[in-house]
Amino acid sequence: MAVRVQTEDFDVGAEMVAMRHGNAKIGAIASFVGVVRDLNEGADVAEMTLEHYPGMTEKALEKIVAEARARWDICDALVVHRVGTLKPTDQIVLVVVASGHRGEAFQACEFLMDYLKTRAPFWKKEKTAEGARWVDARTADDTAADRWS
Amino acid sequence: MKPNDSRIATIQVLYFARLREVFGRDRERVELPGHVRDVAGLTAWLRSRGDVWERELASGKPVRIAVNQDMAAADTPVGNGDEVAFFPPVTGG
Repeated sequence: MAVRVQTEDFDVGAEMVAMRHGNAKIGAIASFVGVVRDLNEGADVAEMTLEHYPGMTEKALEKIVAEARARWDICDALVVHRVGTLKPTDQIVLVVVASGHRGEAFQACEFLMDYLKTRAPFWKKEKTAEGARWVDARTADDTAADRWS
Repeated sequence: MKPNDSRIATIQVLYFARLREVFGRDRERVELPGHVRDVAGLTAWLRSRGDVWERELASGKPVRIAVNQDMAAADTPVGNGDEVAFFPPVTGG
């Protein structure tokens, strides 16, 4: 189980190979990759900057992973979140979950993303033609997280 | 702290994202007045600075607060040596 906050990009394939390496109990690996889009709330996004709360971010992500472990029988989980300046088509977040069977992997992966979006201290600021603006939190994200409680 | 306790409680306050910009600082050390013992008390005291503080920390504003890097509620205690962070609802992922 690991969480990482970094400015560098990540290699999804390499992370999945590393996770299953030498672990014959793993029968399923589910992953999610979040990508920066060029459009949000009707405006063209040229780039975005991600700010976070060093220390609390890692702690919050570890807590979310521990919660997933308590709910599902999973072999391993990885969360990688990028910070700093990103451009459209850049990868921003990665969640990988390994388990014996697909059900747990799919569910835990979705749960990790839903909880990350509402509980991990990251903030996005977009640069558009009209200037820079902080992204507002979405109620849809709260609704998505609430269905697990 | 007990009312007759003369120790001065000092805390570190952090601000993130939009609040960091509006308040013009990312952190400050503050000495708490004796009557401030929890998150609600600290928020009210910061609000009494007026201007942007009064506006941004008004009740009903979507501000999140963490004490020692754990999400806090209005009645979460705040005391000497604590790290308290104010920030907008999170937007990662």
